[in-house]
Amino acid sequence: MAVSAVVNVAADGATTNGGEAPLPAPSLEDAPAVELEGSALPPSTPPTPVRDVIIIGSGPAAHTAAIYAARAERQPLMFEGMLAAGVAAGGQLTTTTEVENFPGFPGGLSGPDLTDRFRAHSIAAGTEIITETVSAVDLAVRPFKVSTEWGGTYFAHSLIIATGATARRLDIPGTGETGPEAYWQQGVSACAVCDGAAPTFRDKPLAVIGGGDTAMEEALFLAKYGSSVTVVHRRDELRASKVMQRRALAHPKIRVAYSAGVAAAKGDGSLLKTIVLKDLKSGATTEQPCNGLFFAVGHVPNTTFLGGQVTLDADGYILTKPGTTRTSVDGVFAAGDVQDKQWRQAVTAAGSGCMAAMELEHFMATLGEQPEEEPVQELPVQSEATLHTLAPAHGH
Amino acid sequence: MSVSQVTDASFKQEVINNNLPVLVDFWAPWCGPCRMVSPVVDEIAEEYESSIKVVKINTDDNPTIAAEYGIRSIPTLMIFKAGERVDTVIGAVPKSTLASTLNKYIS
Repeated sequence: MAVSAVVNVAADGATTNGGEAPLPAPSLEDAPAVELEGSALPPSTPPTPVRDVIIIGSGPAAHTAAIYAARAERQPLMFEGMLAAGVAAGGQLTTTTEVENFPGFPGGLSGPDLTDRFRAHSIAAGTEIITETVSAVDLAVRPFKVSTEWGGTYFAHSLIIATGATARRLDIPGTGETGPEAYWQQGVSACAVCDGAAPTFRDKPLAVIGGGDTAMEEALFLAKYGSSVTVVHRRDELRASKVMQRRALAHPKIRVAYSAGVAAAKGDGSLLKTIVLKDLKSGATTEQPCNGLFFAVGHVPNTTFLGGQVTLDADGYILTKPGTTRTSVDGVFAAGDVQDKQWRQAVTAAGSGCMAAMELEHFMATLGEQPEEEPVQELPVQSEATLHTLAPAHGH
Repeated sequence: MSVSQVTDASFKQEVINNNLPVLVDFWAPWCGPCRMVSPVVDEIAEEYESSIKVVKINTDDNPTIAAEYGIRSIPTLMIFKAGERVDTVIGAVPKSTLASTLNKYIS
């Protein structure tokens, strides 16, 4: 059911695009060919000019980093992705309807509007943006090598990784893609904003699994289209902000099933029809009609393309030195949700993007021959000259 | 730019009754991937100007046509020839893919 924008996260962390038809692989003869892989000798010069910085990502972290780096005259190159991880450039905000908590917008604005503004600002500051997805990086070489899905190869002295995170799914029978009862994209989705308005959900009972702000937002969004929305949360108290909780609970079409989980998704073989709710305290189950089931249970950081070259924490987030955006590789910085499992807000991501760009300056200064300190000798010479000039005026 | 918007009311006239093959882009304003594929569709419209017609239809505003053609995910691109749907591409695809799909239906 997804706008082929939903990602299937396989057990090994590999992602593929969702959708009824798999996205066909791009034709390689159209891809720019700058491949040096086959040559026996290493190239003496890289095929494209070496950038000071390449930014991989397209959300608030990436764009804030780009703005700062551009203003520091680093001429940043950004890869915003062509539906990287199945999400449009702009990232998670593109699947958010109203953003009411990003400072500076008292009336709120839509996620896509906000990302459009970020993008316009980056470009105005001097960022070059390429709408391609980075498929791999090589951090064993200097300068770092960045390869894109369509065969492009680029080099940079430093990288800012701001690839964000993708919506997580739960392993519930009936919500997968294979087997006799497999309703992923046939009623099961991880993006209510992407899919909720589809005709098949109109005036039908829907359900959202989750208890945070995203679950509340998705429930409110779905309530516009469905006949009812059941929020299924495993705890007996929602995690969402008070404002969002109040709003959702006040809605006549929304009800919350606390301390509950979805044990199974069932249907007629081609479309989802019911879900089995389980009371997590008593173990009792009840089956209820449901034509749309949406996951709102958190995110998985997008780090597969790094091929393990940067140290990740136990949950797959890029590990950064505390209070910085520095990763295990010198010259590689990580900003936004890809390295933040705690705050995960647009504004905190923007803040870390700024940090990354500023740390980049420090890093660039230590690279190569550029000395960090200014020579000290110049000052005393100037002072003496000034004194000599002044001395005659004192009538010496 | 030769891409016009069609509606529930104008679909039959513009798409079904068209002598040329028609590429229809089903989209909605809140759909991120639709925005990504929109410039690709615009480019295709220019390059194939003489051989196909390209139109876009907002599924929020035109639910009848969207339901009639069973649109379940967007973007969905459909190719019509002589009033019949001959191909469907679901999801945002690169230009090269769209072009090679279209080439199958151009005489």
